[in-house]
Amino acid sequence: MELTSPTDLAKDRVQTVQDYVLFCGQAIANFFRKPLYFSDMVRQADSIGVGSLPIVVLTGFFTGAVLALQASNTLERFGSITLVGQLVSTSMVRELGPVLTSLMVAGRNSSGMASELGSMVVTEQIDAMRALGTDPMKKLVTPRLAATVFMMFFLTIISDLVGLTGGLFIAKVLLRLDARQYWFNAWETLVFQDVFMGLLKPVLFGFIIATIGCFYGMNARGGTQGVGRATTQAVVAASVLILAGDLFLTRFLMAVLSFN
Amino acid sequence: MSAPTLPLERSTATTEDTSSPVIVFEDVALAFAENDVLRGVSFRLNRGETKALFGVAGSGKSLLLKLVLGLVRPDSGRILVLGEDVTQMREEDLFKLRDKIGMVFQESALFDSLTVRENVAYRLTEEHGIYDDDIDRRVREVLRFVELEHTLDLDPAELSGGMRRRVAIARALITQPELLLYDSPTGGLDPVTSNTIVELIVKQRDVYKTSALLVTHRLQDGFTMATHQFDQKTNRMVPLPPGQHCEVPMSFLILRDGKVIFDGDLNALAHSQDEYIREYIS
Repeated sequence: MELTSPTDLAKDRVQTVQDYVLFCGQAIANFFRKPLYFSDMVRQADSIGVGSLPIVVLTGFFTGAVLALQASNTLERFGSITLVGQLVSTSMVRELGPVLTSLMVAGRNSSGMASELGSMVVTEQIDAMRALGTDPMKKLVTPRLAATVFMMFFLTIISDLVGLTGGLFIAKVLLRLDARQYWFNAWETLVFQDVFMGLLKPVLFGFIIATIGCFYGMNARGGTQGVGRATTQAVVAASVLILAGDLFLTRFLMAVLSFN
Repeated sequence: MSAPTLPLERSTATTEDTSSPVIVFEDVALAFAENDVLRGVSFRLNRGETKALFGVAGSGKSLLLKLVLGLVRPDSGRILVLGEDVTQMREEDLFKLRDKIGMVFQESALFDSLTVRENVAYRLTEEHGIYDDDIDRRVREVLRFVELEHTLDLDPAELSGGMRRRVAIARALITQPELLLYDSPTGGLDPVTSNTIVELIVKQRDVYKTSALLVTHRLQDGFTMATHQFDQKTNRMVPLPPGQHCEVPMSFLILRDGKVIFDGDLNALAHSQDEYIREYIS
């Protein structure tokens, strides 16, 4: 096997980033150009949003539950077991709800987009679409981007709510806490900054999931093997970008929203 | 086989006068990495003419069709399609030009998430936004032309290779384009199905006078097209009497090492003294 020089590798990476930025720019610009393919957006919203609901609900529930369980152990030492609701609420809404939902949706949909579009590339369906006078970026990428961003917002709200319910389940059944107190603590502890941060993140993560999935799919080369490679790369890149993006966005929002 | 008629009126107005060439390649070159695929290719396709493109695998035949559509841009040279220079056009303008061109891809390239009906109607539904009665009528007509009306609601995966190829032809024909591009339409098919497709191409040439560029590996397909014409009375393809083979608008182009080594009619091909060509057609 021929070894690639570090310079070529670096050039290749820079080129990929440049292509990705141009790709994202084009996908966004298409929102302001006709046709908009509204029916495709609705279809994708159903596939991405409704289709992801089971895994989002399951992930949210068990995350909230395990969070309550872990927190109870520590809080009990300080005699503050009643603050479980507060801890689950803050963690879920600010951090775990958006991030875990995004990782789940990335695993399901970035891979799906990459494999679907990749298969269309290698079977010349994308070329056929262009030959038939349709812009594949408008028809395939922009509706997926709109649907993912839109649905991620609502999926995260559902995940947060189900996570709190998972925490309640542990608080009630194992910790024998009062349900009303749990909900009161969970609700009272949330401030505008928490909710704003928790609902802004899924919008950015939805953008990452859709653009990464579509980017790797549209650039798939080399037959079925290339489609498989594109699918793996899409999931890995989307997951890493979500986690890295989360760090920077959290730091940025903490500074902007003046967190104590 | 007798092919049914296609009672469609040409929906697109002819762009240029009838004497102007439909495609002009002027010294077109294209390389991928270190590999020079095309090295100064020049030829022209006249209106109403069908030109069969031959060459060994990897000689750039399919690439020529993608260059015509503007799906790939050349490194140098000029390509005029229906009077417009596709090498200088923006993608948005190319979409308008592509409305006048029909393309049949090598592996059909049907959209596997759509039914046969939706595939064939694709271009019309994109234009009109909805699938209405008029579109349905035209879809049925064009599918009847390729004898596949019964497959309307099937998925492409449920069709055989030959049927998929015919659906792809129907999809290309539905707007009665001014120019048709066929990429190995008979590749990998049995002789009976191949003959059916050749007959459809000949009918399109002789009845609807559509200009076409045809990539093929099968010499016999080109020879059949050059030695037959479509008889509208009997509604079938019939052989031409010997000596009249040059009367059909059919020509041949052979690519070798990225260059055109032959461009002419059947008579010139049969009498070529070039050793490579003689070996190729023998």
